[in-house]
Amino acid sequence: MDRTKVRPGRIRPAPENFLDADSLDAIRRGQIDEDRRSFIRKSFLAATAAMAAPAAMAAGDGDEHILNLPPWSKKLGYPVAHNPYGQPSKYESNLVRRTSPGLAATDQANVAFSPLQGMFGIITASGLHFERHHQGWVDIDPAKHRLMINGLVDKPRVYTMDDLMRLPSVSRINFVECGANSAMEWGNAAVPTVQYTHGMLSGNEYTGVLLSTLLEDAGFDEKKAKYLLAEGADGSSMTRTIDIERALDDAMVAYGSNGEMLRPENGYPLRLVVPGVQGVSWVKWLRRLEVGDQPYATKDETSHYVDLMPDGMQRQYTSIHEAKSVITTPSGGQKLLKQGYYNVSGLAWTGRGHIKRVDVSVDGGKNWHTARLEEPVLPKALTRFNIDWVWDGGPAILQSRAIDSTGFVQPTYSQLRDARGSRSIYHNNAIQSWQVSESGEVANVHVG
Amino acid sequence: MCTWVNRLALLGLLSALVGCGADTAPVAEAEAAQTGNDDQPGMAATQPSPSPWQGKYGDVGRAATAAEIQAWDIDVRPDFKGLPPGSGSVEEGEEVWLAQCSSCHGDFGDSNEVFTPLVLGNVTEQDIETGRVEALNDPARVRTTFMKVSTVSTLWDYIHRAMPWNNPKSLSDDEVYAVLAYLLNLAYIVDYEFTLSHENIDDIQAKMPNRNGMTRDHGLWKIDGEPDTANVACMTDCDDEVEILSSIPDYAEGANGNLAQQMRPYTATPGIETAEEAQEAGVEAASAGNEQTATGDTAPAPADDGMTADTAMALAGEYGCTGCHQMDGKLVGPGFAAISDKYADRDDAAAYLADKIRNGGKGVWGQIPMPPQPDIPDEDIAALAEWLASGDSN
Repeated sequence: MDRTKVRPGRIRPAPENFLDADSLDAIRRGQIDEDRRSFIRKSFLAATAAMAAPAAMAAGDGDEHILNLPPWSKKLGYPVAHNPYGQPSKYESNLVRRTSPGLAATDQANVAFSPLQGMFGIITASGLHFERHHQGWVDIDPAKHRLMINGLVDKPRVYTMDDLMRLPSVSRINFVECGANSAMEWGNAAVPTVQYTHGMLSGNEYTGVLLSTLLEDAGFDEKKAKYLLAEGADGSSMTRTIDIERALDDAMVAYGSNGEMLRPENGYPLRLVVPGVQGVSWVKWLRRLEVGDQPYATKDETSHYVDLMPDGMQRQYTSIHEAKSVITTPSGGQKLLKQGYYNVSGLAWTGRGHIKRVDVSVDGGKNWHTARLEEPVLPKALTRFNIDWVWDGGPAILQSRAIDSTGFVQPTYSQLRDARGSRSIYHNNAIQSWQVSESGEVANVHVG
Repeated sequence: MCTWVNRLALLGLLSALVGCGADTAPVAEAEAAQTGNDDQPGMAATQPSPSPWQGKYGDVGRAATAAEIQAWDIDVRPDFKGLPPGSGSVEEGEEVWLAQCSSCHGDFGDSNEVFTPLVLGNVTEQDIETGRVEALNDPARVRTTFMKVSTVSTLWDYIHRAMPWNNPKSLSDDEVYAVLAYLLNLAYIVDYEFTLSHENIDDIQAKMPNRNGMTRDHGLWKIDGEPDTANVACMTDCDDEVEILSSIPDYAEGANGNLAQQMRPYTATPGIETAEEAQEAGVEAASAGNEQTATGDTAPAPADDGMTADTAMALAGEYGCTGCHQMDGKLVGPGFAAISDKYADRDDAAAYLADKIRNGGKGVWGQIPMPPQPDIPDEDIAALAEWLASGDSN
């Protein structure tokens, strides 16, 4: 037969995939008996030999995974409700939230980054939503949770969760990004993958009550009200000042996320959602809203979340996220296995309006091509873009550049540093560069 | 948007139909019902019919009582609205501090073992005079709380609501005044005899070292704020030359673990194997760190040229080394004493350490890379390296 026509699929260099996951599980649990062990050893040797001679791998007639029916095609499957709360496949265990070494000495005040490199579309699976806590997370009994509204209101109010879930609800898709996302990258390329460069970013459908509904119910003072203080019920009782215009526009008190209740790590049973504004203002475990006429200068508005400028002044109350984008695949720490076609895919988002266009460069910014935007393109939500690319095996530098509905164009690192220096920590929305070497390895670089 | 909504509706219906064997008539009806979108001319939008009960939810929720508001309305504004009366002295604060705060922040609020230092002796009398902290202009300085904070109300509010770390909201109002008084003393804002109270806290605001260091002159508060960058969407022949400004050094490749285990393995773009190197380095680091912490309880002796530990530490502080290193014990990086011990018998220790300081490295002490330090002048690098190398000479 003509072996050149046999396409056994991509040949992986490492033999560890030879063992099916059931066997691996059994081995880990110590449940493999001696006969089975011997069988595995022999099979392993055979598979290793097959790898050394790839052409013989499928006995000449085609893909062994087609020619030999796999076990799952020849067995009775699991019953319904086997996992009453569904779990991802065991084959997806690489894609989890991860911390980055050296960021914090205590994990109660740390960050767990979302694995953007393996995610699709514009919604983040709730279990992969990034985490940023200032004093640990709590799991609040919703029957004992209360929301209070006081300050410049006619009628200070208390709502139970039951009350809030009776009120008119809205569901909206928005992005949430920590103000310190990409903070490690201000000065130089620092971390290897998009999980660490951009992973304090998630997109969710939120369900809750518009803040305007609650403020009107409490009879807020429309003339004097300029600011809102939001306060959490956890140990840190995180507080943040919200612009009353943002509060009355599209902010909401959310209990739902992606069709279920919020996860505890993300504020269960109640959090503030302030579309377009940095995540620290989306106060989790929300217990109180105070209407006021002055900003509150809270801890995270004076000693943190202030943006240090080159002249030594700190920008206070920076809130809105300007347009930003990043290619999630191919991205840092990945390796292109061969030359040929790749669907370059990534995310774009803006706190002002919606994403109008995303351009992609494969030559470090010399030339740009406009990418396809996946629908839906929603205001203040993640927008997925894709573009075709054929890698010729040569060096390349991939970049994406977002343009939003205000006409704002995402800045380069040089432009951002010219305006703000490199010590401002927060609101880094510079164009990200991924360098593809001739070996196919993709690395985080900064270009100028 | 319209297309998307339709597609979702159709998908759901189609799968239901396939399962139940119904005819296709409901699909068309459902499609028509879902086209409530005004960007498609000729298609009637579906508006909700007005509900006679709209907005009639006055019985939902209830009035907050005065006692409830008092219990929860704990915030203190910059104008001290919300500040409860009380007082506490520096001396009383020191007692609370040593019992409840110093394990994380250090006896003098200068530890960075768990958190960024609160005070580090880099707020000057001149800063208190001008209300601008000069050290914020120095990139090498660790930015402490007292360098950054502009309002004393913030400190009272935060200590009161969130501290101590593992037992928040446990301090009495007077204890909060006392702890804050102690911190103000550490920051050289008040003397040891001082007692802070609701009556004099306004005077302290006038001495806050960075009270004039904040600006709201930026475009990131309002939704229509003015951006401070102005990129242009050039499409072709935009840059003559593309220069790599920075990349991740080889030695730091494994700092974030095995990347192959952080990507989906069966795709066209699996992760790069960085595993073994990082894991081995991690294991070494863990054991090395423990040993060094156990033995590194003596400071390096003065170097031959007379450089003392104090001057060396001052130099290390100036260049930001102390953000990651301290004299004894591991922080982010190894302690200076442990470094001295390790290279005590090495003839070229000074040259080796100078190279490490200048160019960075990874794997000797653990998986967290030491970044290159291109901004430290040669002579100061040499001085620090010699000081470290000579640690055993005494």
